[in-house]
Formats: sequence, C-alpha cells, structure tokens
Amino acid sequence: MIPEYGLFALIMTFVTAIALAVVPMWGSWRGHSATMSSARPLAIVMFAFCLLSFLCLTYLFLTDDFSVVVVASNSNSLLPDFYKFSAVWGNHEGSMLLWVLVLAGWTLAVAIFSADLPKILLARVLSIMGIISVGFVGFSLLTSNPFARHLPSAPMDGSDLNPLLQDPGLIIHPPLLYMGYVGFSVAFAFAIAALMGGRLDAAWARWSRPWTNVAWGFLTLGIMLGSWWAYYELGWGGWWFWDPVENASFMPWLAGTALVHSLAVTEKRGVFKSWTVLLAIATFSLSLLGAFLVRSGVLTSVHAFATDPERGLYILVFLLIVVGGSLLLFALRAPAVNSEIRYSWLSRETLLLFNNVVFLVATLTILFGTLFPLLMDALGQGKYSVGPPYFNAVFIPLMALLVPAMGIGPFTRWRADSGARWTRPLMYSAVVSLLMALILPLLGGAMNVWVSLAVLLAVWIVLGLVTDIAIKRGNSGTWLSVLRRQTPSYWGMVIAHLGFAMTIISVVVVTQWNMEKDLRMVPGDTVTFGDYQFQFEGVEKVRGSNYDADEATFSAFYQSRLIAELKPQKRRYFASGQIMTEAAIDAGFTRDLYVALGEPLGADDAWSVRLHYKPLVRWMWIGATLIGFGAFITAFDKRYRRTRSVKELAPGVSHA
Amino acid sequence: MHPKRKKRLWLVIGVVIFSSAGIGLIAYGLSGNINLFYPPAEVAAGKAPHGQSIRVGGMVVEGSIQRSTSSLEVRFEVTDYAAVVPVIYSGILPDLFDEGQGVVAAGMLTEQGLFQATEVLAKHDENYMPPEVADALEKAGKLP
Repeated sequence: MIPEYGLFALIMTFVTAIALAVVPMWGSWRGHSATMSSARPLAIVMFAFCLLSFLCLTYLFLTDDFSVVVVASNSNSLLPDFYKFSAVWGNHEGSMLLWVLVLAGWTLAVAIFSADLPKILLARVLSIMGIISVGFVGFSLLTSNPFARHLPSAPMDGSDLNPLLQDPGLIIHPPLLYMGYVGFSVAFAFAIAALMGGRLDAAWARWSRPWTNVAWGFLTLGIMLGSWWAYYELGWGGWWFWDPVENASFMPWLAGTALVHSLAVTEKRGVFKSWTVLLAIATFSLSLLGAFLVRSGVLTSVHAFATDPERGLYILVFLLIVVGGSLLLFALRAPAVNSEIRYSWLSRETLLLFNNVVFLVATLTILFGTLFPLLMDALGQGKYSVGPPYFNAVFIPLMALLVPAMGIGPFTRWRADSGARWTRPLMYSAVVSLLMALILPLLGGAMNVWVSLAVLLAVWIVLGLVTDIAIKRGNSGTWLSVLRRQTPSYWGMVIAHLGFAMTIISVVVVTQWNMEKDLRMVPGDTVTFGDYQFQFEGVEKVRGSNYDADEATFSAFYQSRLIAELKPQKRRYFASGQIMTEAAIDAGFTRDLYVALGEPLGADDAWSVRLHYKPLVRWMWIGATLIGFGAFITAFDKRYRRTRSVKELAPGVSHA
Repeated sequence: MHPKRKKRLWLVIGVVIFSSAGIGLIAYGLSGNINLFYPPAEVAAGKAPHGQSIRVGGMVVEGSIQRSTSSLEVRFEVTDYAAVVPVIYSGILPDLFDEGQGVVAAGMLTEQGLFQATEVLAKHDENYMPPEVADALEKAGKLP
C-alpha cells in the first residue's frame, strides 16, 4: 500500500499547489485579506504532502520493493543502504520528485522567513511559487509517476543502480544542484510579484537579494561537485567537458551571476530595475531550459535520461508559458517602473553593468553552442556536434575581459568617481601583478605565457580587494579594526572574488602543465613524469559488496622517495554485468596524481593504463567552494532582517 | 548633444561593439570546431569528406575488434547494417565499449577509407543509445 499512499500524497501536493496558485492570487487582486493569509498555511501543507510522498519513495527503495517500476529498474538487493537512498534520485522519476520537494521546500522557506513582507507581496510571491509547483508536480504525475507498479507480477530482484552513480558525490550533487536551479524560482517569483504590483524599488531588491544569493551559492556548489565527481569517477581525469548538460547547469549560473551583481546595484542605488527583473526571468527560464534539455533526450550527453518525447513536449510547453507570460507581463508593466536616477561613466554602476554585459554575452554564446546542433537537426542540415574548442574559444576571452574590471570595482565609488583617484592604486596594482606574473610561474619550474597571464589576472583581482581595504582604513585605525567593521555582505564579495582568482589560476595551470599518458604497462614497468615516478606492481582480484574487481597496485615516487600507493580498480557489477573504472588518486594541495586502469591486453599481464600529473587541480574546487560560501555569507547581512521597510511600503504595494 | 542622449548613444555603441565581438568569437569558434555525423552507409557511398573532422557511429561488428600486442592501437568496424566502416584508434576505450554495442567515434577519414578516430564514445548505461546511432539504425530499418 505504501506506493499508493505515496501517489496519493503527490496528488494532494498537486491539489494544494493549485489552491496556492489560485486562492491567494485572487485575494491579492480583490484586496481580500483572509484569502491572502491562506498562502502561508497552504505552503506548509504543500510541503508536508510532498515530503510524505518523498519519504514513501525512500522507504520503497530502502525496503527493496521491486513491485515498483523505478525501484526495480534502479536498485538491487545487494546495493549498500546509502546507495539505495541516493538511488531515489538516481533516475528520472525520483529525481523529478526530489525537484518538486526542493521547490516545495523553497516555498516553505519563503513562507517562514518572509513574515515581514507586505501581506499582498507575500501572497503573490507564494502564489507564483504555487503556479510553478503546479507545473512541476503535474509533470511528475502525468508523465513520470514514480509510484507506477509492475503488475501483476514483480521481478525477484532489481536491475541495479547505474554503477557510475554508486558514489558518495552523487548522494549530494543532485540535491545541491536542484537547490540552485529551483532556488532561482524565488527570485523569479519576487520579480513577477513586483511587476504585478507595479512597484520595483530598493526594498524589493533587498527582499529578493538574499534568496537569489543563496540559490546561486547552491548552484555553484552543485556544479563544483559535479565537476569533481566527473573528475574522479569517469576515469578520464577531465573536470569540465562542455557537455550539453553541463552547459544546461552553467547557463543559469552565468545568468545568475549577472543577476546577483545587478541586484546589488538595484538595492544600493535603485537603478537597473527593469534589467534586474529581466535577468531574474532569464535565469529561471534557463533553469527550465536546462530541465528540458536533460529530460527530453534531445541531446547526446552522458547525463541524458532515456528518451521520451511526451516529457520533452510538456516541459517545452511549460517553458513557453513561463517565458511568454512573464515577458508579456514585463512588456505591459516595465515602463511603469522606470526610474530617473543618474550615474556617471566612472562609477561602480558602470563597472557592474560591464560585468552584466560580459556574463550575458557568455550565456548567449554558450546557449548558441548548445542549441546549434538541435537547430541544424531541426532544419534537416545534418547531425552536428559542437565541441570544447568552440566553447573555450568564446568563453575564455570573455572571462579574461571581465578581470580588469574586477580589480577596480571594489574600491570604485557609487554614482561618480574620478580617474585621478584611480591612478595611484592602479599603478601600484599593475606593477605588483606584473612582477608576480614574472616570478610566480617559476615556482612551477618553467616560464609559461598563459600561466603568467593567469597569475597577472588573479593577482590583479586580489590587489583590487586589498586596495579597497587600504582605502577604507585611510590614515587612522588598525587593519584589524577596519576588517572587523565590514559587513557580511562585504566579506561575501571578498571571499567569492578570491575564489574566482583561485579558480582562474587552477584552470590555467592544470590545462598548461597537466601531464598525461595512455600506455601499455606490464608489472615492473615504470614511467617518469618530471620528479614523479610510477611503478606498476601488478594486478589482483578483489571483491566488493556488489561487484568483483581487478585491482592494480602502483607505487608513486617523488625524487625516488615512495610517497603513495595507488590502487585503481576495474569493477564488474554483479546485477548488470556493467564494467566500470575506479580511478585511484593521490590528492594534494599542489598536485594530484591520478591513475586509471584501461583493460587487460592479452598476454604477460599487460594492461592499458592512464596516468596523470595534475598540478593545482584542487584549487579549482576550493575556489568554487569559496564562491559558493561567499554567496551564503552575504545572505547573513543584518540589513536583510530589518523590518522597518514594511510600514514604509505597505500602502504603495497595491494592485495598481 | 543632450547628456542623456549622449549616454544612450554610448550605450548603443557599447552594445554593438560587444555583440559584434561576441558574434566574431562565435564565428571563429565554430569554424573547424563543429563536426557532422555520418552513418556508415553515407561513408561507404562516398558522401563523407576526407581529411576533415567528422563523426561516424553505429554498432560495433561482432568479432571485429583487434588489438595490437605492443601498443594501445585497436581496430574495429562499425556498421548500420547497410555498410561497414573500419575504425582505427589508439588509446583507452570507454568502459561500455564492446562488440554489438552502439558507439560514436570522432576523427578523420583517410584516403584509404579507414576512419582514424581521436575519440570514441560509448553509451553510458545499458538502456541508452546515442541518438545519432539510433537514427542511423532506424534509417537502415534495423533498430533493435
């Protein structure tokens, strides 16, 4: 009966979502207080039903109920318990249920933490979250019911979770990613609610900003984990493939990055309002587009779920309704929310506008590269694929263009600044970064133009931040007291920008100085990578809980001193018979050593082996983690918890 | 000029410069970095260009995999059941590469009609078939 209870709970989620979408919205137009007040309880009920449904599915996976189709296709009695748990979202139907749960969770969070919002605005925001929920719960129920049964006869055992997904990284990667994707629906709901009210102002930006930053932080961490997982689990040693589905998560991130910055301008200065609203709509639409690309099977990708045209069509129609509806509303309402606040050319506003333009162009070029194969196919021009060289060629120059502004932005004044004020700190920054660019690459053993350039850019960013603190200190006060005085939102910016600088260095260094060899080795063979040496000791059979494996042993030496034993495996999973490579990594702050087994090559115990030396590769994930945490920290700023704005605004936010 | 108009003019100029730079980058990035998929039947019919980066895909012919004993070189054949293309590749093959499975290979066609692959992609789970391969098999009327 549990599957039926789960389905019933999901249906109740759907019904509650419809009520949430309709009742408070109606109340907000009629000025009817009681119906508007229903938004919060409805949000709580919706979450409760959704959680119940999710728990039912989790229970089915943990108890091996193979009469349920998704359990039978994605789990197995031999699977360890924590993978049975993550198998809940290791498939299309279950991951959709997780998506819906995350959406209901965000709705609940808005209902709980936004009690200070004007009633009418809260009602509209929650109602719009309700409309989005109707779309996604409907999708789950109509096209991807996770509780469908194998009737009348159920299989004896399940056909197992894809071995690639049997990994701790996959337990947390999807939930974090969905927290990000779906979190942008809050920014979207705030934008649409503000458009409906005809009032976009600094207060609106202040409400919307912490939500947007947190969602963006989650998406950053989600993408970071995905990259890390691909690195150690796929056995290629690559960390970013420009795979269409990676792009699907990266495009909302880029648009979200623009949004986070433009929201800052709107909050502080009250400008770029219409632009910010458009970005909020664009970011959420790109999240939906991502869902469409992943779940419709239109793309060739390592992530794609099995093809089902019906699902693709549903999301496409939903996407068109959301984009069309919100743009229509924007067209009708945006002129009414225009503002007349001025700023000069030399100002922080201009630099942040520059940031926005760069991120927007980056988003569009990636969107183009991702959709190009679909477009050509639809036009009958053949089946194209657009590879990493395209994306590198367009994306890297754009990011490099961004950095000069990042080193000036932090100490530039709002509204108007003077070039004269910039000259001295910039001279100083330029000289120091140039020196560093000439010296630091020598630590890596050799001069390299690209590494120098990366150091130049990264140091420039760091010095921009240092300059700002120096200016804030002025002639008085100790460094410590200046640092103490800064707000969390300032620290968030500093940490995120430092993370970005770290990521730049890592990406360039690992691309330039990575050493990689695919070769045939017999036991006793050694390979030398600079100061490092690998010795192949041999292969033996080992057994895991649900697989057998050939496990090789490699000794790694640094300047002839043994530093690590690496044991990569080639596994064969019992349930599916699927073969999988488990790479062995000796991780370090300055370098990773990476070994993956290929396949046995006939006689004399020879194996094909892939060896990597990857300098500074960890900095990329550390940097991305800093960016994500920076975003979280900004949300703790005290000003987001003030309540005075309520009285100021309540009369103005009406159904104009 | 009115300062507001002047500002708008600069904004427009900025947008024009940026979008043309963006389009320029796209055009540069696309030239030579996109590759077209050819099913084996079209390769056999001589429709695929030589010495240019393309992709070829289909099912790996049973019994066609031959490995070198001294290096990582491997030869195999892919088919859409209408024609066969011999492929040569040097490197580590993906885990799910096997006889009778769908694969897509990227590389160049030599004058001798041999496909020199630089990358071989197999499906990533048992229920998934690369759409190009499914399409090629469907055209040949052999979708399993």
